[in-house]
Amino acid sequence: MNFVLIAEQTLNGLQLGVMLFLLAAGLTLVFGIMNLVNLAHGALYMVGAYLTTFFYQQTGSYALAVALGLAGTLVVGVVTELVALRTLYDRDHLDQVLATFGLILFFNELIVILWGRAAIYSTIPEVLAGHVELAGGFRYPIYRLMIIVIGLAVALLLWFVVTRTRLGMLIRAGASNRAMVAALGVNIRLLYTVVFGFGAALAGLAGLLAGPIYSVQPGMGELILIQVFVVIVIGGIGSIRGALAGALIVGMVDTLGRAFLKPALATVLSPTAADTAGPAIASMLIYLLMAVVLAFRPAGLFPSAR
Amino acid sequence: MKPRTYILVVLLALLAAVPPLAAWLNQPFYLDLMRRVMIFAIAAASLNLILGYGGMVSFGHAAYLGLGAYAVGVLSHHGIDNGWLQWALAIAASALVALAIGSVSVRTSGIYFIMITLAFTQMLYYLGISIEEYGGDDGLRLKVRSQFSGLIDLNDPTAFYYLVLALLALTLLLVHRLVNSRFGLALQAARSNEARTRAIGLAPYPYRLAAFTIAGAICGLAGALLVNHTAYLTPEFMNWTRSGELMFMVILGGIATASGPLLGAAAFLLLEDLLQGWSVLPKWMTEHWQLYLGVILVLVVLYAKRGLAGLLPGKNE
Repeated sequence: MNFVLIAEQTLNGLQLGVMLFLLAAGLTLVFGIMNLVNLAHGALYMVGAYLTTFFYQQTGSYALAVALGLAGTLVVGVVTELVALRTLYDRDHLDQVLATFGLILFFNELIVILWGRAAIYSTIPEVLAGHVELAGGFRYPIYRLMIIVIGLAVALLLWFVVTRTRLGMLIRAGASNRAMVAALGVNIRLLYTVVFGFGAALAGLAGLLAGPIYSVQPGMGELILIQVFVVIVIGGIGSIRGALAGALIVGMVDTLGRAFLKPALATVLSPTAADTAGPAIASMLIYLLMAVVLAFRPAGLFPSAR
Repeated sequence: MKPRTYILVVLLALLAAVPPLAAWLNQPFYLDLMRRVMIFAIAAASLNLILGYGGMVSFGHAAYLGLGAYAVGVLSHHGIDNGWLQWALAIAASALVALAIGSVSVRTSGIYFIMITLAFTQMLYYLGISIEEYGGDDGLRLKVRSQFSGLIDLNDPTAFYYLVLALLALTLLLVHRLVNSRFGLALQAARSNEARTRAIGLAPYPYRLAAFTIAGAICGLAGALLVNHTAYLTPEFMNWTRSGELMFMVILGGIATASGPLLGAAAFLLLEDLLQGWSVLPKWMTEHWQLYLGVILVLVVLYAKRGLAGLLPGKNE
């Protein structure tokens, strides 16, 4: 029983971790290359979840819904970049934060107009709904396992793209010296749009995967976005490796804290005290972790070269 | 006096004329609305001290609004209605937490600072939600407003209004004196050029941390006022969108100006009220006022960076 519980919660932590990574990777790339603080990244996560749920209800085909949801998020992301964010690259962080905060209000309300204020119900196909037996009677939901596999595959793909391809070379060059890359004749505007669209698609992927597990509702993006901030502050802003490490650490700490802190405290404190303190401390755990990491490594675990 | 100072004095005089006007028009709602404006103006003025003059983009200023409110609400919940004690705790607790958060976050700058202040505020928000004793996410009704040993009765709307007005004037004066003192000049020097400030022998860190703590303390007082205003304690005071709104007020009014926070708070809250309740517009439009608010926010940032105070005569500080 105990082994099963620990194994299950560890996998849940891993699942939350890869989900956070999908969001953190896009956010950290956009910051590393365009020097843009994009609070509206969470809005793209929400758009991905809504579009996929909507298309699945309309078409009945999950594969088609996923494809349309990803493409739709990509389009929304690229249009947002072209219309609003492009003018913000040369502005200071204060302007970027406020303008993208305005975009959040806009997107959330737009979703309310289209789908209403209440959470909508998101389903998965029969095939993915079951459980799979992993070891010694320990069963785990196929869907969550699939999220872990997809997340790790994306991490591998990102590593390959960034370190082994021409696009990746341009991304790394852009992150270390934008002006020089532009001077060498690279179409930097196009590169920005490509990177932003890529990040948007990853956020959409996280959103469509998250839909059936968490609730699909307006404002869903911001709750996870603030956790993503913690992830990239811990990992080091601008570093994909840092985003992966930070995401897995935060996912694990948050999940295991919520599952085991209360019983652990109950062994040293009175049950009522543990009942009160357990959930309170568990909800603060990742932020305290962030404070500790910053106290020792002010630029995060994997500081980028700049 | 400089023209800008005149304008600020005129604005405060206009605010002083609101209660008799509201009574004459028989519209007590205006009294309530303007009291809310002034409370947020105090909070915005404290944020302006660090954001405008200190160059520290704090995305977590709502934390102190919440802390001040919780100090009053928690003491009241345990039967302690003494306002002196409640408000002193509101200010002290906010200052202490600001000192703690500041000591970690002020070491960093730029985007790290933004994200860290946001994250710590979210932490306090979740703490507020998870403590069932004080209402959890439902919040808690404030049974009795703060009692000041018979000196002033906060249940009297007019008396409460003038108290808030007096505290607002005091806050604006305090911030004005601070930014023009040696301390404030060092703070502004560090904002405009950190390397040169270091070169003349001033380490920015203690100045920034002190400013961060003072701003937290003032905002804690605004929180104590806010919970007495709404007579309801809720973790929503610390919601991250509240921090964003406070920043927007500072920008909208005019960053690093004396009258900016008041103008910004007034413009934001009146705009919000207008968009929500404008009877000229059909209901389906006013229902989604946040849509327009978002667009207006983007447009102000892109095209009207100097804010409302930038429209006033006299030179920008």
